[in-house]
Amino acid sequence: MANVLVYVDHVDGAVRKPTLELLTLARRIGEPVALALGSGAESTASALAEHGAVKVLTADAPEFADYLVVPKVDALQAAVEAVSPAAVLVPSSADGKEVAARLALRIGSGIITDAIDLEAGDEGPVATQSVFAASYTTKSRVTKGTPVITVKPNSAAVEAAPAAGEVEALTVSFSEQATGTKVVSRTPRESSGRPELTEAAIVVSGGRGVNGAENFAIIEALADSLGAAVGASRAAVDAGWYPHSNQVGQTGKSVSPQLYIANGISGAIQHRAGMQTSKTIVAINKDAEAPIFELADYGVVGDLFQVVPALTEEIKARKG
Amino acid sequence: MSLRIVVTVKYVPDATGDRHFADDLTVDREDVDGLLSELDEYAVEQALQIAEEADDAEITVLTVGPEDAKDALRKALSMGADKGIHVEDDDLHGTDAIGTSLVLAKAIEKAGYDLVITGMASTDGSMGILPALLAERLGVPQVTLLSEVSVEDGTVKGRRDGDAASEQLQASLPAVVSVTDLSGEARYPSFKGIMAAKKKPVQSWDLSDLDLEADEVGLEGAWTKVESAAERPARTAGTIVNDEGEGAKQLAEFLAGQKFI
Ligand SMILES: Cc1cc2nc3c(=O)[nH]c(=O)nc-3n(C[C@H](O)[C@H](O)[C@H](O)COP(=O)(O)OP(=O)(O)OC[C@H]3O[C@@H](n4cnc5c(N)ncnc54)[C@H](O)[C@@H]3O)c2cc1C
Ligand SMILES: Nc1ncnc2c1ncn2[C@@H]1O[C@H](COP(=O)(O)O)[C@@H](O)[C@H]1O
Repeated sequence: MANVLVYVDHVDGAVRKPTLELLTLARRIGEPVALALGSGAESTASALAEHGAVKVLTADAPEFADYLVVPKVDALQAAVEAVSPAAVLVPSSADGKEVAARLALRIGSGIITDAIDLEAGDEGPVATQSVFAASYTTKSRVTKGTPVITVKPNSAAVEAAPAAGEVEALTVSFSEQATGTKVVSRTPRESSGRPELTEAAIVVSGGRGVNGAENFAIIEALADSLGAAVGASRAAVDAGWYPHSNQVGQTGKSVSPQLYIANGISGAIQHRAGMQTSKTIVAINKDAEAPIFELADYGVVGDLFQVVPALTEEIKARKG
Repeated sequence: MSLRIVVTVKYVPDATGDRHFADDLTVDREDVDGLLSELDEYAVEQALQIAEEADDAEITVLTVGPEDAKDALRKALSMGADKGIHVEDDDLHGTDAIGTSLVLAKAIEKAGYDLVITGMASTDGSMGILPALLAERLGVPQVTLLSEVSVEDGTVKGRRDGDAASEQLQASLPAVVSVTDLSGEARYPSFKGIMAAKKKPVQSWDLSDLDLEADEVGLEGAWTKVESAAERPARTAGTIVNDEGEGAKQLAEFLAGQKFI
């Protein structure tokens, strides 16, 4: 069976969930070979093996952390040469998309970004994408070279599928461009202790209606009562009430949870772009005309300062 | 010597309008209202600020697109850019990202540049890969997704806010920079700016001006193919209740019914 190369997103050896989802998709097309780069690369092997990686290629060098994107492209290209895969799958993160794009150009291949599903097809893998603020679903194919496809989080279920996962060191020689952009310093983001926004089963978001950074405490309290992640509209982020890393929408994160609760959010097209594929949508808004109600499975027309704290109490009481 | 800045701007269908596909499964750009992609306004804004800081700078705005794409150039010129380049050719219809990067790279090289500034993503395709593709083609550093950018003594510096960390980046010119919507509000064109823009030069180039063949671009030259596009069934509104003091209870009831509590 043909190999499918999967680019691994990990933090010091801890494999992030979207990569495990990629392994599920890769197994539909062939046998997954994973590539893990940077510090802790070798520690990814057991998790990857458990989810279907027949081989884990690893490389570590200071260049991966000290310079932007290009060293990773050099490594991925070396892996493509070593494995001759039928396709290359990369998580759709900011870095992932840039790495994938440059790789595609170098190996003379077409690229598809932000797939939400992937199937084997007679003429190569077929990718499903959600476009125009999730108002259309398209199916596309790469017609030249080795398909390079970036895949969004939550596109497939994580499945156990034990395989050999044999670790093999990959030799990478860096290109002249590799050291072009220096990462002078790096400040890690503080963890909120809540679930990851793009991975959470429930997301509770606040918008301009929350009316102040301090008031986000009531949104957080509702989120915590449900074990949810916290999101925000761009209006709330622009006002400085909540960090940009929590923004939902076109220029923030796309989320597709089981339940999305929008509080004081009007439902502009750019916000909808990031949340309208959620399974169940709930809205709390004092304006009965707010467009968010057009897509809500359940809506409460009311003042969020009344409804949200009362809802939090209800949930706590019911959960006991 | 003058700092030559090229800003790439895209003319896109209005997101608040009815965006759809044409019969050949390309984005319909004829039948819909278009505008300068809002995310490229941030690129124009940062170019203007960098030019203001530099002793001597010239900003060229560049677009690849149909006839109406001139509107996007005019908007950028009215914000304060100096001149425009419009690459237009019937054979460009249906070009994919890889092809667009080829055309843009050729045009950027022909125009001459020290710094290329792009938006973070186009608002129609939203791939966000053009900047990386341009850097790869031009063989210069990519300093992308910046929420803050400055240029001094032939060096570009900026802050890239990622998911896991915020990074300070640095590279020597020439370079390709992309800026996010966190980089600072774009200015509105002034009346004076709008009047001045009418007199600013806009060059039109076609494929032959860039030594490109028709089969390197367009739908035929694309390395990807859209096989089908289906409109998603619109979500339908569910139950809407007015809160008369019982709203939270009713909602909790709904959530419990759906097994969320
Ligand atoms: C290129 C581009 C990209 C964009 N990207 C994004 C993006 O990624 N994410 C995003 O969210 N937006 C994005 N936007 C902005 C988007 O167009 C909207 O401006 C934004 O989503 C509005 O946020 P909001 O709903 O919180 O604010 P508003 O539209 O002002 O709505 C606030 C709502 O709160 C309600 N409200 C007020 N007080 C209360 C109360 N006490 N109780 C209950 N309800 C109350 C009001 O009735 C109103 O409906 C983008 C725009 C552009 C041009
Ligand atoms: N046809 C085009 N003409 C000019 N610039 C473009 C074009 N397409 C994309 N760009 C630039 O590339 C950036 C990223 O686009 P994309 O990769 O398509 O999301 C945009 O913000 C623009 O600056």
